[in-house]
Amino acid sequence: MAKVTIDGIEIEVPNGATVLQACEAAAKEIPRFCYHERLSVAGNCRMCLVEVEKAPKPVASCAYPVADGMKVFTDSPMVRNARRNVMEFLLINHPLDCPICDQGGECDLQDQATAYGGQGGRYMEEKRAVKDKYLGPLVKTIMNRCIQCTRCVRFATEVAGVPELGATGRGEDLQIGTYVEKALTTELSGNLIDICPVGALTSRPYAYVARPWELRKTDSVDVLDATGTNIRVDTRGPEVVRILPRTNEDVNEEWMADRGRFAFDGLKRRRLDRPWVRRDGKLRQSSWEEAFSVISEKMHGLKGDQVGAIAGDLVDAESAFALRALMRGLGSANTDCRQDGAAIDTSRRDFYLFNSGITGIDEADALVIIGSNPRREAPVLNARIRKRWASGSMKVAQIGPQGLDLTYNAEHLGEGPLAIAGLMDGSLGFAETLKAAKKPMVIVGRAALARPDGAAILAAAWDLAKAFGALTPEWHGFNVLHLFGGQVGALDAGFVPGEGGRDVAGMLQGGLQALWLLGADDIDTALIPSDTFVVYQGHHGDRGAARADVILPGAAYTEKDATYVSTEGRVQRGRLALFPPGEAKEDWRIIRAAGAALDVALEFDTLDALRERMVAFNPIFGVVDGRVAGGCADSSGPRASGAMGEAAFTLPLADYWLADTVSRASETMAQCSRIYNDPAPRLAAE
Amino acid sequence: MSAPQHQEPVSFAFDEQSEAQIATILKRYPENKKASGVIPLLYVVQKQMGRQTGSAWVPRVAMDQVALRLGMAPIRVYEVATFYFMFNTKPIGRYHLQVCGTTPCWLRGSDEVARACRDAGHLKGYGDTSDDGLFTMTEVECLGGCVNAPILQVDDDYYEDLDYDSTVQLIEALKRGDRPKPGSARGRLCSAPEGGPETLLDIPLAEGK
Ligand code: SF4
Ligand code: FES
Ligand code: FES
Repeated sequence: MAKVTIDGIEIEVPNGATVLQACEAAAKEIPRFCYHERLSVAGNCRMCLVEVEKAPKPVASCAYPVADGMKVFTDSPMVRNARRNVMEFLLINHPLDCPICDQGGECDLQDQATAYGGQGGRYMEEKRAVKDKYLGPLVKTIMNRCIQCTRCVRFATEVAGVPELGATGRGEDLQIGTYVEKALTTELSGNLIDICPVGALTSRPYAYVARPWELRKTDSVDVLDATGTNIRVDTRGPEVVRILPRTNEDVNEEWMADRGRFAFDGLKRRRLDRPWVRRDGKLRQSSWEEAFSVISEKMHGLKGDQVGAIAGDLVDAESAFALRALMRGLGSANTDCRQDGAAIDTSRRDFYLFNSGITGIDEADALVIIGSNPRREAPVLNARIRKRWASGSMKVAQIGPQGLDLTYNAEHLGEGPLAIAGLMDGSLGFAETLKAAKKPMVIVGRAALARPDGAAILAAAWDLAKAFGALTPEWHGFNVLHLFGGQVGALDAGFVPGEGGRDVAGMLQGGLQALWLLGADDIDTALIPSDTFVVYQGHHGDRGAARADVILPGAAYTEKDATYVSTEGRVQRGRLALFPPGEAKEDWRIIRAAGAALDVALEFDTLDALRERMVAFNPIFGVVDGRVAGGCADSSGPRASGAMGEAAFTLPLADYWLADTVSRASETMAQCSRIYNDPAPRLAAE
Repeated sequence: MSAPQHQEPVSFAFDEQSEAQIATILKRYPENKKASGVIPLLYVVQKQMGRQTGSAWVPRVAMDQVALRLGMAPIRVYEVATFYFMFNTKPIGRYHLQVCGTTPCWLRGSDEVARACRDAGHLKGYGDTSDDGLFTMTEVECLGGCVNAPILQVDDDYYEDLDYDSTVQLIEALKRGDRPKPGSARGRLCSAPEGGPETLLDIPLAEGK
């Protein structure tokens, strides 16, 4: 530890800390542009100058290590003067076009110029002009505004793991860009917008849409992947205008995946905003009363095993729990939320969770990824893996398709389950790495469980973790990586077949008189027999609604107070940012009303009552914002059935940008899909 | 601006001569630090382009090859190549006329050298390439040969002690395909005084013994 005095305040900071960190520890604000705590230190903007006793010149605090006994002044005349001058230089080539800049009102340059800059500029000469660059469909560039802090370059290289941005040229001709005009190949590109301290990189979909002070901000969680990214939903009037990540060190740090960030325009399109009823083969608009009367007419008197329900991937835990209660009330055990047919064993929670936790990645020292491409399935979580890998403390191996670019080196062990056996019997070299590891991790992708031998693969992955000491009372190294934010919540809410109940495949086989689809769009609706009465409850007119006989319009994740559980089992609350469109309603209320229409007594009239019942059913719902961490108390594995096949693993989310109901309705995502799936990445500019 | 006959090639492969040079260069660096060879390799590319096409420049596809060879991200090679103006990232003429315009050369008449380049080489000014594709003219900073100012560097060779006429003669010779002997246009031996040494004559070395 080093003792340093900051403006007369004495504090202790670890050796090796920078002066800037010491100043922060003493609660002194240091202006900065290039410094970012999650990136390497560049030290090129000079905004962070402070005075250090006995140093002849001001020093750049972000790049200057503390020394014992150091005296630092952050507000001396020298410092104030230095900041003023740095600011004046930075503004020389800056266009000062704040009135037409989307960063206006939340711009570091604007704020710091006001707080630390001088009175006005003295520069009368011509400013340099820089051509705008093409970085893809999501990030808009106005490069005149760039102050060349290189945060974006470092983010792309270090965090996103796609070294495609750089600073070319020199001196006055230095330019930030890709040099070859192409869309950045990352699922994390939106973070460049957040990280750019000025308005050089802004959001293309948000261009000229709103000013930050006009927005209503609602804290919520992202459900378009299973990471559980904490978000802020910005709305103006009746629409979402943007979604930003919120910092949560244990989950997403401050990053966010592109699909979660940019798919929100899908919330405005193809919405179900009123009930529909099929009459004479045609869907017609109707009223809630009519919809419920049709439901009660068709479903009254059906035997329990003649009805069933399937929940989709984006459902909130409340509605899954409520629908389960309705089904059980009707005497049906036919409930399932595994549209993909994944062989998930719900007999114990740690059989289907990402048990190490996202922060567990920071401790792991060996990792095997089975049948998953975390870069696509959970981009932010993948960045965490990359961070750990880049620290040099974790070795990674991968079983699945060859030539996968995970943004870090992963030894390819094989394409199919045979490689798991190869690790078990030690014939693969990586077994040695696993054996030597103190905290080995196994990640099995949800898609690896969604195949005929899924149960065997689940058991084999568990056994692998067990064999290499990943299941101890201190450490749980078995991890299932889910794909969407509603999947774990529905499992926790018990939305799986009850005693003797049918699973998704069983329900689609026929024999059901009535089928309730709760946001279930990723089943093959063509398999549903034509005489089955189908109720679709959800927010988008996607595949499920097309087959429905009655459509009940529900709320999307931005439109309700609801609980979601992330792949690591973290229970989080999404909050209502705006009301559902038209006559659409919160989903649990719809189910409550359906219960009344079907004479099923559901024991909840309010959200609080519903949540109480949920906690009684599964106490985990009481641990909001937390997760039950810890080791593996019982290392006996999930039930295996059958043997593993030899078929190679295939990856889910063939099209990352169109993977869910909301994204499929989004124009931004359609454009991304077009551009990124182009086999010859276009070099063309706009 | 760029000579029309030199387009961005669709591919680039090192030839035998370059491969031999690369082998020597890479021996200087440990395997995990081979990215250090980026500048020498860019020179290899530029020389090979000069040999093969008569325009010594570094096309983007060649930078990609360098990146591949050194295990670097291509953008890191672009950054280096565009930072140093010794690398031509656009096609240039057969002869690269690099006029030193820094103070000593300027005081000794670099403006005249530049004028001669424009006149004899049919060039509009710095940055221009002549229509016949023979010459590209750039202004460079001090070449470190100030004692023999003004200096014109043609490709790798220094021509020194120039004035308008000697520069014109030099350019005319280049047009004929000759490469006059580099060095002082007034016959000085290195940077010794014109007409031979004048001081330190009593030192045996100065008498050439
Ligand atoms: S574009 Fe933004 S983040 Fe990148 S160097 Fe310029 S100012 Fe910094
Ligand atoms: S923040 Fe220290 S130099 Fe930029
Ligand atoms: S000034 Fe021209 S060589 Fe030094």
